[in-house]
Amino acid sequence: MREFWSSSIGKKIAVGISGAILVAYLVLHMVGNLNALYGAGDGDARVDDYAHWLREFGEPLLPHAFVLWVVRVVLLCALVVHVTGIVQLRRRAAAARGPHKAKPIGRSLASRTMVVTGVLVLAFVVFHILQFTTLTIDVTPLREGAVYANLYWAFQKWYFVLIYVLGVCAIAFHLRHGIWSAAQTLGYVRPNRDRAIRSAATWGSIVIAAGFLSIPVCFWTGVLGAPA
Amino acid sequence: MRFTLEVWTQASRDEEGHFERYDVDGIDPDASFLEMLDELNARLAAEGKRTIAFDSDCREGICGMCSLTIDGQPHGPNQVTTCQTFMRDFEDGATIRVEPFRSGAFPVVRDLVTDRSALDRIVQAGGYVTTKTGPKPDPNAAPVPPAVQQKVMDAAACIGCGACVAACPNGAAMLFTGAKVTHFNLLPQGQPERASRARSLVLAMDAEGFGGCTNYGECARVCPQEIPLDVIGMLNREYRRGARREDDTVGTRT
Repeated sequence: MREFWSSSIGKKIAVGISGAILVAYLVLHMVGNLNALYGAGDGDARVDDYAHWLREFGEPLLPHAFVLWVVRVVLLCALVVHVTGIVQLRRRAAAARGPHKAKPIGRSLASRTMVVTGVLVLAFVVFHILQFTTLTIDVTPLREGAVYANLYWAFQKWYFVLIYVLGVCAIAFHLRHGIWSAAQTLGYVRPNRDRAIRSAATWGSIVIAAGFLSIPVCFWTGVLGAPA
Repeated sequence: MRFTLEVWTQASRDEEGHFERYDVDGIDPDASFLEMLDELNARLAAEGKRTIAFDSDCREGICGMCSLTIDGQPHGPNQVTTCQTFMRDFEDGATIRVEPFRSGAFPVVRDLVTDRSALDRIVQAGGYVTTKTGPKPDPNAAPVPPAVQQKVMDAAACIGCGACVAACPNGAAMLFTGAKVTHFNLLPQGQPERASRARSLVLAMDAEGFGGCTNYGECARVCPQEIPLDVIGMLNREYRRGARREDDTVGTRT
């Protein structure tokens, strides 16, 4: 295990697997979020019920919010492995390359900006948690459990809409290279699957981004109305 | 044709290098890049000046000895070896920057000559097959399916020039090492070491200080032998499988 983590390929594989866990969570999160599109409802928005269900999930077999916390711990572990692995690989690469940087010959913009988009995504996630999970950034009226109302009031502000659009675009850009790269690192890319995996990475990023963006855009444009 | 060259000049491994400017004219458009440098060196020698050191051997694109970074691109603009790069591919009057292959694992010996023996040490760690001495085996006694032959020949075409390393922003030798794994792990003759080969090669590769792959794909864009990026997928796959197996002999030299 120690040899695996200290080897360049082993560390890459760890970064790939942790990235895949984070992407899997993103898909679930995006699909769950789409519940907001059902609208305000008559006093109980569907997205509020969904948020409530997430906390009750597994009861009475499991304690309250148990699954939610398991997911949070797994995500935090995946994030730590992902970031630690990349930081160590970047340092190794800088030492291996030496002082003369390599001229870009044909590498994609997404592949070249992985560190930039990665840092942006991390900053965005911290902001997002402070706003909608811990309710620390309470510029707009925020109330625990009132997900629909919280979203509605937040996305009446143009600057919050802008932050979410930029954050989600950074995620999409990161995933466009990241999904294919993880598949290659884990050894799943073969010549006859290469094109399919590349377009899956592109379209997967677009679909994830579109799903997430539909919510701030619908609130901002007034498609989704005020809470009941 | 007339060119202005900015050539990396470095007296020895431990000294600082810098770019030196040279003007050359009367160059035949069909001269190779190396012949142009020969011409320049002949003129410099005739004037009693210091000549430029660079590597070359076969000059027909099969030995992997020539190793110039031309205008930032290993081997030059055409995805062929430096010796197969011709002056007609450049604009008349162009300023051309000539550097050695750049990588922390390839120390500069002098001017444009680098020490690429790190690649040889990777090969020593697993780029071979175990053969029995004794009577010659029957020809075709070990059948190899055509698809495997094709893939193996593509990988075995590697001439070990190191352009992949020089093109990599991470200074990785994954395309080179991947070519070795693809070459030996698919052939029947390579099966005795298959379980440990990827692991042995990666240990040696890391020990030489090469970086990790982040799938930029630059290596495959400069490889004069057109080794496909797929060999890195093969290396990753074989490493993942090999990592599960126990083999205490890996990493020990006998």
